[in-house]
Amino acid sequence: MSLPANYAPGFEAGDHSLARPNRLRIWATVLRISIEERLVYRGDFALGTLMRFLPLLTQVFMWSAIFYAVRRADGASTIAGFTYEEMIAYYLLTQVSRAFSSMPGLASMIALQIRNGEIKKYLIQPVDLIGFLLLGRIAHKLVYYVVAAGPFALVFYLCRDYFSGWPDATTMLAFLASLVMAFIMGFFMEATLGLLGFWLLEVSSLLFIYMLFTFFFSGHMFPIDMLDGLPWHLGTIVRAIPLQYLAYFPAAVFLGKIQGADLAWGLGLQLFWTVTFIVLCRVTFNLGVRRYSGYGG
Amino acid sequence: MSDVVTSTIGDHAPAFRPSYTKVFLAFARNSLVRDMTFRSNFIIESITSLSWMAMNLAYYILIYQFTVSIAGWSKMEYFLFLATTLFVNAIVQALFMPNCEEFSELIRTGGLDFALLKPIDTQFLVSLHKINWSSLWGALFAAGLMGYALWYLPETPSPVAFLLYPFYLACGVAIMYSLMIALAATSVWLGRNQTLYDFWFYITNFSRYPLEIYSGAVGDPIRVLFTFIIPVLIVVNVPARLLAKPLDGQNWPLAVFALFATAASLWLSRLVFTKAMRSYRSASS
Repeated sequence: MSLPANYAPGFEAGDHSLARPNRLRIWATVLRISIEERLVYRGDFALGTLMRFLPLLTQVFMWSAIFYAVRRADGASTIAGFTYEEMIAYYLLTQVSRAFSSMPGLASMIALQIRNGEIKKYLIQPVDLIGFLLLGRIAHKLVYYVVAAGPFALVFYLCRDYFSGWPDATTMLAFLASLVMAFIMGFFMEATLGLLGFWLLEVSSLLFIYMLFTFFFSGHMFPIDMLDGLPWHLGTIVRAIPLQYLAYFPAAVFLGKIQGADLAWGLGLQLFWTVTFIVLCRVTFNLGVRRYSGYGG
Repeated sequence: MSDVVTSTIGDHAPAFRPSYTKVFLAFARNSLVRDMTFRSNFIIESITSLSWMAMNLAYYILIYQFTVSIAGWSKMEYFLFLATTLFVNAIVQALFMPNCEEFSELIRTGGLDFALLKPIDTQFLVSLHKINWSSLWGALFAAGLMGYALWYLPETPSPVAFLLYPFYLACGVAIMYSLMIALAATSVWLGRNQTLYDFWFYITNFSRYPLEIYSGAVGDPIRVLFTFIIPVLIVVNVPARLLAKPLDGQNWPLAVFALFATAASLWLSRLVFTKAMRSYRSASS
């Protein structure tokens, strides 16, 4: 990066109306810097992505053993409506949904910045904290997709037999829309959790609970259809809470498990939750800032 | 601590031998004191570690809603397997995990100088000086699960199996430890090795399933690799099999091989450690 010493993004030279910088250029610059920052670790990134598929390998063997046992015991070839191939395809697809919806380190970083007072710089500068973080995250994800596209393509190519072909255009569009919403929802959910740091200071145990629930009830660990027959309406409850949109929903859409009116309804609900968390995050931030007091330099 | 590690400065006896048991007990006591100082943190850590295990168990309970066996392991047999996995994890996390993480950090920052100066074996010191007591709840959870599974198991394992079980559990822990300390020691050459930690996690992931599931064109090579080259498949499979499966002609050779694998792992990790220490150059100012 070579920038002139007095370079200030968004501020035109000789522009004295400092209070009204060019928003778009500021955001564009923030995005560019974040992308360059992220690209520094691209080698580590690609290797890490490829290794992340290793546990999937054990899942393939595990489910193969389970389906074999089920088939031998009572001749059934599906579990909770999933064939063996669909099950493996499902796990592969949740990797894609999680690549969009997971926000590693976001909440803990926000809480840390509240705790150590670093957040002050966003409060006094003409930059919006949440917008700044969102751009940083978009940059992070964009770089991630570019670098991870190789490993992802390789793994999906090797596993192509588990898929019954490409879904039709409507399904594909719905899949992409649910992925984008999964990203936005994931971001604002975690950001809200981090902003609770205005009240709690230490959010790590809260985050652990969130992580645990996400892992179990988002469909990351198993398709939530498996919960349907269980007592206490567990399946219904898990479908009612928004976690499924982080992993299960996009994957199920791609596999054609959700179609027609259900699909429209599901996308609508996902949109509802996404907007809810955007609003919730903004409200939490405003209330938090009103509570916050910063001391010292 | 003064009664444990006496200073050698001015001490002209050339063969100073610290009592490793006493030193270890002092480490254990100090760690417990530290944990008890931050009591609410300890309680939270205990709860999180227990809920993680409960989730793990719930997952398999869920799977056994749909099947009666996985790769020849019935539900109760599999619970024994899971309990063994949790045992190994709890011990490794309590004793070695925090230390090995810190070890890499010591290498990177140059803080290892202080460990090297102490009149005690450096590997012992860096491997055990901190004990994470809250992880030991996992062992308790595992013991409960094991008791439950043994109660409902149609056949009670033989007394020999019960005698050998703790021994093979220790072998499993030793193999995991060897892998971990060897990976941590490579920080000397690599500087920072976050990826290597991920590597440890992903490799040991293979150990958490019965070895029968690895079969076929891809499975067989994986089974051979993680049994004979990086013996992580032995860690849980051998002790769990002792309790869950009869000791027949198929299982004895594996149990004997486990002894060899443990010894080899410990020896190799010691080799890597000493080699790393010889290449260590302090990083301080």
